Order: sequence, then C-alpha cells, then structure tokens
Amino acid sequence: MRGPSPAVVSASKLGLTFQTNDGPVQALSNVDLTIGKGEFVSFIGPSGCGKTTLLRVIADLERPTSGAISVNGMTAEQAREKRAYGYVFQAAALFPWRTIERNVALPLEIMGLSRTEQAERIKRTLDLVNLSGFEKKYPWQLSGGMQQRASIARALAFDADLLLMDEPFGALDEIVRDHLNEQLLQLWGRTNKTICFVTHSIPEAVYLSTRIVVMSPRPGRVSDIIESTLPKERPLDIRETPEFLAIAARVRDGLRAGHSYDD
Amino acid sequence: MNRLKPSWQAVLAILLCLIAVALGAIAAPKIDSLAQPVGTLIYPYGAATWLIFGALLLAALISMAKLPPMIEAVVLFIGAHLAAWLLIRGIAGFEGLARAPYFLLLASAWLLGWRCVAVLSGLRPTASWARTALRLIIPAIFGAWILIIWEAVTRGAGIPFILLPPPSAIGVRIANSLPVLGADVRQTIFKAVLFGYVVGSGAGFITAILADRVPFLRRGLLPIGNMVSALPIIGVAPIMVMWFGFDWQSKAAVVIIMTFFPMLVNTVAGLAASGHMERDLMRTYASGYWPTLIKLRLPAAAPFIFNALKINSTLALIGAIVAEFFGTPVVGMGFRISTEVGRMNIDMVWAEIAVAALAGSVFYGVVALVERAVTFWHPSVRGG
Repeated sequence: MRGPSPAVVSASKLGLTFQTNDGPVQALSNVDLTIGKGEFVSFIGPSGCGKTTLLRVIADLERPTSGAISVNGMTAEQAREKRAYGYVFQAAALFPWRTIERNVALPLEIMGLSRTEQAERIKRTLDLVNLSGFEKKYPWQLSGGMQQRASIARALAFDADLLLMDEPFGALDEIVRDHLNEQLLQLWGRTNKTICFVTHSIPEAVYLSTRIVVMSPRPGRVSDIIESTLPKERPLDIRETPEFLAIAARVRDGLRAGHSYDD
Repeated sequence: MNRLKPSWQAVLAILLCLIAVALGAIAAPKIDSLAQPVGTLIYPYGAATWLIFGALLLAALISMAKLPPMIEAVVLFIGAHLAAWLLIRGIAGFEGLARAPYFLLLASAWLLGWRCVAVLSGLRPTASWARTALRLIIPAIFGAWILIIWEAVTRGAGIPFILLPPPSAIGVRIANSLPVLGADVRQTIFKAVLFGYVVGSGAGFITAILADRVPFLRRGLLPIGNMVSALPIIGVAPIMVMWFGFDWQSKAAVVIIMTFFPMLVNTVAGLAASGHMERDLMRTYASGYWPTLIKLRLPAAAPFIFNALKINSTLALIGAIVAEFFGTPVVGMGFRISTEVGRMNIDMVWAEIAVAALAGSVFYGVVALVERAVTFWHPSVRGG
C-alpha cells in the first residue's frame, strides 16, 4: 500500500494565482517542500513573497491553482475538517464578548468536548502560556502580548500536532517578542509539535527554527532552504554566538539573492 | 475685590431687577367684579413685590461673595425658584395683564437659575453617589426651567388656551383623567405597540438570517426590501384598517410593517460586520454555518441589532398613534388626540402627548439598558 509517510506537510509544484482587477497575480509558483514531524520551520521573506499565502494554503484557507499539497497524508481540506492544525493569526483575534477562558474554550465547544474535558484543557493550556489567573478577564483588559499568548493557548487547546503561526509576534515590541520566542521554544520542546512559523525577522527565524525557508517575491517562490545547526536547547544569548551569526548571514544572503533582480 | 467673584449672570440679573423696580408695577390692576361699589380696583402682588425683588437681589449678591460652590448653588437655587414661584402665584387672576417688569423679573430669576446650573456643572465631587445625584439634578433644574418659563409666559402674556395651555393646566388634566389615559395606554401601547414591535422586529431578524443563508433571497429580497423601506409606510394605515378591522390588530399591523425593515437592514449589515480573521479562525475549526452564526456573527452583529431595536421603539409608538387617526374603537392615544383636538380640548391633547413622551422614553431607556448589558464589550459601551 502506501509507504511510511513521516511528512506532516508535503507540497509539490504548488502554485497559486489570484485573479485581481489588475489581472492575474502569481502569489506562489513551483513550491516544493516537505516538512517532517517535530520540525520547527520558519518562512522568511520580504512582503509579497507569498509566505502567508503558503501558510494559508496549508491551512486550506486558500486553494492552490496548480500542484498538490498534502497535510498529514490527506488533502488540506480533509486535514482542516479533521482539525489537524491550530492556527495563530497576526492579531490575537480574540472575541471581545468572551473571557479569556471562554475564548480558549471556543474551539473545544465547536468540537463538542464535555465540560470537564474543556475545563481541564483550558487550565493546562493557560498554564502553558503563563496566563493562569487571567481566566475571567476580558481580552480588552489585557496587554497585546498577553492577548497574543491567549490566542496561542486557544490554538494549543485543541491539541493538534501541527501549529501554523502567521507572524504571531509581528505587532509586539522587541522585549515582549524575545520573551514569547523563548516561551515558544520551551513549549515546542515539551510538546514535540510541528510548527510552521511565518516571520520577517531574521533573528527570530534563526533563533526559533530547525529549518529556514527563504522566499522571494514576484512570483512568490522558495529561493533557499537552510538547515539550522544550532542545538535544540537555545538560551537567548545564543544569538551572539558565531554559529548563530553565520546562519543569519546565510539567510540574509538568500534574501538579497531573491531580491537582486528587481533592482 | 478679592472677596468678590462676579458672574455675568448675577450682574445682569441685578441690572434687570433694578430696571424692573424703576418701571413700577409688575402687572396692571383689574376691576374687581364682586366688589361694591362697582369700579374698585384690585392690585396684584402687593407686598410680594418686595419679596421677589429681595429674593433676587439677595441671591445674586450673595452668589458673588467668595463662598464654597455648594452654598452658592443652594443660595441661587432658593432665590431663583422662590422668585419664580412668587411671580407665577401672583399672576393668578391677572392673566394677560403682566407688564414689562414681570418679564424682566422672570428673566432675572432665569439667569440666577442658569448660574446655579453652571455652578453645579463645575462641581467635581469624588463620591459616586454625589456624581449620580448631580447627573440627575442638573437636567432636572434644566427641565424645570423650561416648564417655569412656559407657565409664566403663557399666563403672564395671556396666551390663548387653544394655542398653548400652561403646563399646570396640562398637569391638572392628567391628574383628573388618569382612568382615560390608562385605558388609552393599555389599548395603544400594551396591545398595538408591544405586539407589533415584537412581531415586526422578530420577523425582520428571522428574514435577515434567511437572506444570509439562502443566496437567492439575499439577491432578490434585499434590494426590494430597501425600496419598500423608502415608502411612506404610514400611508398603508387605512388599508390595514380595511384588512384587520378597527381594533388594535390593524395598528399592530402598521407597527409590524414599520419596524420590519429597520431590523432587516441592520441585521444584514451586522451579520457582515465580523472580521475576516475571525471568520478564518472559525474556518480553521471546521465550524459549520450555525456554530459560526451563533458564536461569532450574531454577537458581532449585536450592536447593529440593538440600533434597530432603539430606532424601532420610537417608530412603533409613532406608527400606532398615527394609525389610530384612521379609525379605531373609542379608545387609544391616537384616537384621543384626533377627537379632543376637534373638541378644542387642547389640554387633553397635550396630556396624551406628555404620556406618549414618557412611555416612549421609558421604552427607549429599557432597550438602551439591555443594550448596555449585552454589548458591554463594545468600545462604545466600555469606553475606549
């Protein structure tokens, strides 16, 4: 039958063309990518390079116009309907009429879990993102960083093996961002989830990832894939080591190469 | 100079008082019809004249001394209202005979009342009960002065009862006609308005959901709905009377038609109000139409729906009252207004208007309170 398939996400010859009023725009072209279980993959590139679009294709929020994508060995649509992934958006997108704990409960209610199961998962995931004690607060009573942590808790609550994150820390200041990066790494280490992470920050990508996918625009495509040689255990000051800087330099070169033609 | 803090209202009030003193009698005398021998003149006010001058001048002068604002406000309040009360009491029996000093003194008292509200508005109390009290007292004084000026001018200038009765006459009429007014309110508000409001708003809401769910309804019904909502719906009232008879059912039908479209249009707009990101989020949960509707789109639409409910609360009252002009049993607020105006009982018309205004305000207020409780999360309610 089918061979062993450890790949969580696999894309081949993936392309997506948006029809706009100004004519077709090729958002993705010829993307080949395989993401294995337990990897932390960052997508980095200038705006318009299709990194968010690629993530949305994996999540079945966009349909590719050519090529094939599979998630957990299924089509992206089947995977979405089986709730194969948690998705964290650029903004927290918490519902202001629900308390933090009811926001985290939202996917659990839709999945039809029992009250006790819901309560147990809410407690566990809020502990995981250090938000215990804020269960009864409303989103607008919390800071931006805490809101984004609550939205990560919501994505974790339904316990999918795949976590898709679209510039989740893009709107936060650098101090909060460092802190959340550290927490995210710890979380990844503890849960062994597969994480796809879109960012436009080179240090963030290098610090977090086991693999960095460098993308370039017009048309959006993968221009380089860089394996990280950093150890799994990464304190914040690893960012000053020569090894870290070497990887960052490679990413920067990759970005520049993708950019060179439109100068 | 440092022991005085003059205000222009008080200075002007004193000036008006002095002009009034110079001009002489507050109102013209009249011939006492009962007195023997015929021709005896009776004079209005008498000693009260000096009490009015005294109250106004004293209050104005004291208010300009360096006093705590609270005491200043109390002094102004007593002075202004005592003078106004004496003026209105004294004019009884001399309606229409008021001379210029009467109006000057009224203006003077009004200026002191104005100053009183200005002082109260400037207070910044820390206790929450005091803030609540102020929030009620300031508009109460404001409203009281509308009534005082209305009363004093209609009686002092002798404005014909048919044109504008004084508020005291309207008040007396309300007090004497409570059973009639009660029956009218029961007929118009508790039957036609409430039934029509609930059914009309409910039908608009359900239609909006259907239009959202069924694409052909959205494309076919909504443009027609928008067109129909522009029709002068009150024009269908006679037709409704033909269809549903003279009793409250035909008025409820008018209310249903009037309230249906604001609810439909607002709910449709509200259902489109949830953000793309939130809808994508529900999609990643593989959430179906109904869970998405109940957990995301309806809560997001709540501010729009409450807007429609508030608009409808006033529309329903207007619709029911005007619809009664086209034929009713012999009870109802619209019926009473249209018949009493024909019988020149203008005070009864005003009494119905006052009751309708009160009922409309309570209705609107209840809806607004429920709105605050339900959409507590909305920036317009929680304040930023």
